[in-house]
Amino acid sequence: MELLSGGEITIRALADAGVKHIWGYPGGAALHIYDALFQQSDVKHILVRHEQAATHAADAYARATGEVGAVLVTSGPGATNAVTGIATAYMDSIPMVVISGQVPLEKIGGDAFQETDMVGVSRPVVKHSFMVKRAEDIAETIAKAFHIASTGRPGPVVVDIPKDVVTPNYKVPYQFPENVRIRSYQPTSKGHAGQIKRAVKELLKAKRPVIYSGGGVILANASKQLTELARLLNAPVTNTLMGLGAYPGTDQQFIGMLGMHGTFEANTAMHHADLILAVGVRFDDRVTNTPDKFCPHAKIVHIDIDPTSISKTVRVDIPIVGPCDVILQDMLDQLTAGGERPDGEALAEWWQQINGWRERHGLYTAPRHEPSEGSLIKPQDVIKTLYKVTGGDAYITSDVGQHQMFAAQYYLFDQPRRWINSGGLGTMGFGLPAAMGVQMAYRDATVACVTGEGSIQMCIQELSTCTQYNLPVKIINLNNQALGMVRQWQDMQYNSRYSETLYEDSLPDFAKLMGAYGHVGMEVTRYEDLEQKMEECFSLRDRVVFMDIYVDRSEHVYPMHVAPNGSMRDMWLSKTERT
Amino acid sequence: MKRIISVLMENEPGALSRVVGLFAQRGYNIDTLTVAPTEDNTLSRLTLTTQGNDQVIEQITKQLHKLIDVVKVNDLTNGSHLERELMLIKVRAKGEERAEIQRCADIFRGQIVDVGAGVYTIQLVGDSTKLDAFIDALGDTRILEVVRSGISGIARGEKSMRL
Repeated sequence: MELLSGGEITIRALADAGVKHIWGYPGGAALHIYDALFQQSDVKHILVRHEQAATHAADAYARATGEVGAVLVTSGPGATNAVTGIATAYMDSIPMVVISGQVPLEKIGGDAFQETDMVGVSRPVVKHSFMVKRAEDIAETIAKAFHIASTGRPGPVVVDIPKDVVTPNYKVPYQFPENVRIRSYQPTSKGHAGQIKRAVKELLKAKRPVIYSGGGVILANASKQLTELARLLNAPVTNTLMGLGAYPGTDQQFIGMLGMHGTFEANTAMHHADLILAVGVRFDDRVTNTPDKFCPHAKIVHIDIDPTSISKTVRVDIPIVGPCDVILQDMLDQLTAGGERPDGEALAEWWQQINGWRERHGLYTAPRHEPSEGSLIKPQDVIKTLYKVTGGDAYITSDVGQHQMFAAQYYLFDQPRRWINSGGLGTMGFGLPAAMGVQMAYRDATVACVTGEGSIQMCIQELSTCTQYNLPVKIINLNNQALGMVRQWQDMQYNSRYSETLYEDSLPDFAKLMGAYGHVGMEVTRYEDLEQKMEECFSLRDRVVFMDIYVDRSEHVYPMHVAPNGSMRDMWLSKTERT
Repeated sequence: MKRIISVLMENEPGALSRVVGLFAQRGYNIDTLTVAPTEDNTLSRLTLTTQGNDQVIEQITKQLHKLIDVVKVNDLTNGSHLERELMLIKVRAKGEERAEIQRCADIFRGQIVDVGAGVYTIQLVGDSTKLDAFIDALGDTRILEVVRSGISGIARGEKSMRL
């Protein structure tokens, strides 16, 4: 067997685990590992400008490809800077492995320079973590980390490696384990047959079914099964923010996103449903509104890989624990074999009702906002133009706030893994590094980051990384000169007292800033220029382009759930109109 | 209602902090907690007692099970089980008190395990209510120090919790 140092083993094991790109930032405790990285070419390292961006980029790389994202940081501040990105991945169940350098073993606990208890600091936001204490254990630990990160309900895993464990002066035989077995970790691989049978029976009986599907469907690559099942049942489908693209956004059976900023038809249909098939979702508070008032007439079937998601906030009637793809396939097989079909008459009536809701207040049957004109550019129209110019086929990353909701509402994703956003944690600063991650995975793809002037400034230093690695992402900045979503809440609940949501003319000249980084900056202030300038933006295939688009400062995102104490169907439809 | 949950987990550094962290993070209470390695050195057995309705307990057991280091979780309260707690209690014991305290300890089947000029240290094993009763019987004025181990539990009969 080959003799390698701990540093060499770390890099080799990453390569053997399938890592092609690793995002990171060097520092004292990680230097041995970085030296080993320098002497090979299997794993390509991308030097970010801040460790938070490394985790977001690796996370988005994982979201877009389905592979495990990889990150390498040093101890202390390197590790703590990565925590926000780890938490982001944790909340959205994204597979990621973070290697963090650590001070030498004998210095641990002594408040050494750049020492942080990374296993402790990250504990609440990781699926699991390890500290490796012997060079002999590195390969196996890394193999375990990748296994844990990518199986069951995926999530981030931290591997903390003290500096003396990776010293070049101590070499041990290297072998990457072919199989990983962890006796205390055996994720479910199949759903309970009896429960599946019961669920299918209920699906066939339902008169007002709704399929409520989420990020779990995308993580399990189960879009095909979901789509087939929905067609077979002729049931309406709503996706969560995390599930957009799991079911084609332009399909007739798609009734839009649900939840706080979901469509009128999706939220109303959920409220009136008699059966809900919940797949790969977790009944998040941004979906359910008041849990006690959630879907009062419905029996709920819930498919999820994670048993803790079942009946956590909303009691379900038929839980099925297991992988979405396998369980949905089992359901399809049963339906096909049995030859039974759902109640066509009842469904026709249900669709008539839903189409009525669509006509009345739906986002896609008529414009539900004022038109853009001259210097008044409506943010919704920016997303519609983006959709048109990119042919609905781009990878869209987003930050957090109004622009994120407008993108979720108006960019209709027909494929999974195209919509990359921080849904659970709601991390501002995610969008730009995420776009870099996607662009690194798909060098020829069109990647656009929909952002706002607030979010973009949280990781704007990464414009430099884009230059270094030639990552020609497009940045669509919905500039409303305010922290728009907070401002919306201040309008609605705090009598328009804009506490700390305005910048008082302190915003940078983004076009000039782009020039400093060697990128292209554009400013759009008139609606009639928007489409043409956006065409120009996307025609510059090998350049980073930043479109600074001045949108209506007073616009709100609607629909919006009435809260607290509202049900799914209680919504504001505009500033003055509510259900 | 009080629940006794048994956990079999990897005897690894950090495993206990994951269990304790889970309770803190999710807002569950821990009333007592005991942990030690088993006859198999690679495994630790942990018993904890907590309060909660069925839904909370269901979440607690599922969340515990989700921890990678946890091998098995069992809510002992669901079946017939034994629970024991060890207490060491140091009391002031002078003159005539000494005989009285010894009698009281005998009634509760406690043992005096250390004797000083003015103090007794008594060891008592039993379920928690028995330990509480002994403390009441001695009276506050005499007690100098109390150490309780927290509850250890095991299911009755043939059922056993192992790999």
